[in-house]
Amino acid sequence: MSASAAFARLPARLSFWPLVCAVLVAALVPITVWRFTRGLGAATNLSDAFPWGLWIGFDVLCGVGLAAGAFTLTAVVHLLNLRRFEPIVRPALLTAFLGYVFVIVGLLFDLGQPWRIWHALIFWNPHSVMFEVAWCVMLYTTVLALEFSPAVFEKLGLRRPRRLLHLVMTPIVIAGVILSTLHQSSLGTLYLIVPSKLHPLWYTPLLPLLFYVSAIAAGLGMVILESHLSSRAFGRRLEMDLLEPLARAMVVLLGLYGLLRVMILRRNGALATLLDPGYEEWMFLLELVLGVLLPVGLLLVPTVRHHPRGLAVAAFLAVAGFLVNRLNVSVTGMERAANATYLPSWMEVAVSLGLVALGFATFAAAARYLPIFPDPGAHEES
Amino acid sequence: MSLGLLFDSTRCIACGACSAACKEENGLPAEIEPRLTAYTWSVLEDHEGTPVRRLCMHCLDPTCVSVCPVGALHRSAEGAVVYDGERCIGCRYCMMACPFGVPKYQWDRAVPVVGKCTLCTRRLSAGQPTACAEACPTGATLFGDRDALLEDARQRLRAEPAKYVPHVYGEDEAGGTSVLLLSAVPFASLGYPANVPRAPLPMLTWQVLSKVPDFVTIAAGLLFGVHWITKRRDEVQAAARAADHAPEGGAP
Repeated sequence: MSASAAFARLPARLSFWPLVCAVLVAALVPITVWRFTRGLGAATNLSDAFPWGLWIGFDVLCGVGLAAGAFTLTAVVHLLNLRRFEPIVRPALLTAFLGYVFVIVGLLFDLGQPWRIWHALIFWNPHSVMFEVAWCVMLYTTVLALEFSPAVFEKLGLRRPRRLLHLVMTPIVIAGVILSTLHQSSLGTLYLIVPSKLHPLWYTPLLPLLFYVSAIAAGLGMVILESHLSSRAFGRRLEMDLLEPLARAMVVLLGLYGLLRVMILRRNGALATLLDPGYEEWMFLLELVLGVLLPVGLLLVPTVRHHPRGLAVAAFLAVAGFLVNRLNVSVTGMERAANATYLPSWMEVAVSLGLVALGFATFAAAARYLPIFPDPGAHEES
Repeated sequence: MSLGLLFDSTRCIACGACSAACKEENGLPAEIEPRLTAYTWSVLEDHEGTPVRRLCMHCLDPTCVSVCPVGALHRSAEGAVVYDGERCIGCRYCMMACPFGVPKYQWDRAVPVVGKCTLCTRRLSAGQPTACAEACPTGATLFGDRDALLEDARQRLRAEPAKYVPHVYGEDEAGGTSVLLLSAVPFASLGYPANVPRAPLPMLTWQVLSKVPDFVTIAAGLLFGVHWITKRRDEVQAAARAADHAPEGGAP
């Protein structure tokens, strides 16, 4: 097919969101060239005072956390054997896999010498949390690819590899749950090494546990959100009967998480500082109210929980609060000790947005061409 | 043996010979920047009339060494904390983790590495003192065995208690450092953090990391068990259902 013929096949009016995505993705090209020829200093607002910024705080910490819906749901379906949740597993796996690819690409932008990323394979330092993180990223991305691959095999009509994979799915799912638990918590463990730098509103020896619990809650929120968005985009029926139980799990997890945070602050004495809030205190309150109190309050109301839009709003709040939390730990909480403030450069923001756009576009394409969502017409035994 | 430096701020005349010698010894750009950078590994800061040196503290149990995922940092037999730019992938966790904010990055380079004081590790191996200590005209920076330097510092505090704040900075900060400081004014006012834990920092993450193998083993067993039980339960339920329906289906 010639280029002009291909062009003629384009719809006369590109709709709004695909156009936004295309612009954001296109912007990645010149920024990538700039970043890798001029160095991190020219492309980012990172500095000696603030060596980690948006690409770690958002791309890595949030990308990994929001992928937590996948390991939770695979455990529910394959290990707890609650098969009725099966229809929402594949979209969650796809979200997680794209999330991890997003993390890896984000890391390639952030690392000073990303072409040496394989060094983590041969130069071991088991005392380093970053070493654990590196291995978790590599292994769990592989696990996610394996867990998702049946959808691809199904599309291609490859029965043999599908059957082979089916035989080893239980150990793969168990490996995924363990790797995720290690990875989600290890992102919190990363910050255990900065007791004198991270603000007491966020520093606690329980950071690994807090990161783990909040990631599961936010991951479930992402599953709800992604079901909601794709039901609108593809005109599908929303599986309210499956999403509502997830919302109840979120209430329990976020409730516990919120209690834990308040108890920690009461113990380390930081709770009293909330009465006279400054910059850090306001950011903490934003995160707690937006991401914990509001969604828990909303989801406790049955009418909200059973209403598609109410459910989506509460899930969105939980996810947004999660994002604020990770940015608070990685940016807000580190600013005072660094004696510097950090705002990402426009290029840092553009790279993060471009990668998110790429993720959305890939999800949309995969949802169109692969059997991701249950097909109400032809039900197939798995 | 652990070698180190003792810097006594009260003996410093702020001539800057230490910083200049460091530049020359390490082949760094001649311009001495006001703050530590990847190209300036030793600076002399002035805090309202009190001169203080700033350089890598060369911790006895270095945080940077523990956090580097590829082992690009190590502590030498002489006590120097040394960086290997050939291994570094540029994650900058060392910069995040260092309680003294020492490692700095080449933000202006397309192929960047970390820059920080090496305690003149090559000179150490050759039995020579560091360049900064050799250049110091007043003995404000002394080079020697860490234990001996610490004893010297304590001796000075005992001999002239009115002259100093009663603390040797680095004696137990972050578990102890090979660079020790004495001052007439509180160290916090010289930009040296007062809230650095007294115990080595690597323990904070190791007490979590060391449990990973046990966690993996137990979690794997537990999850297989859960899977086994739930699967078995479903099979039993399916069999019971089949048995209930059997009489009806058997006689059409």
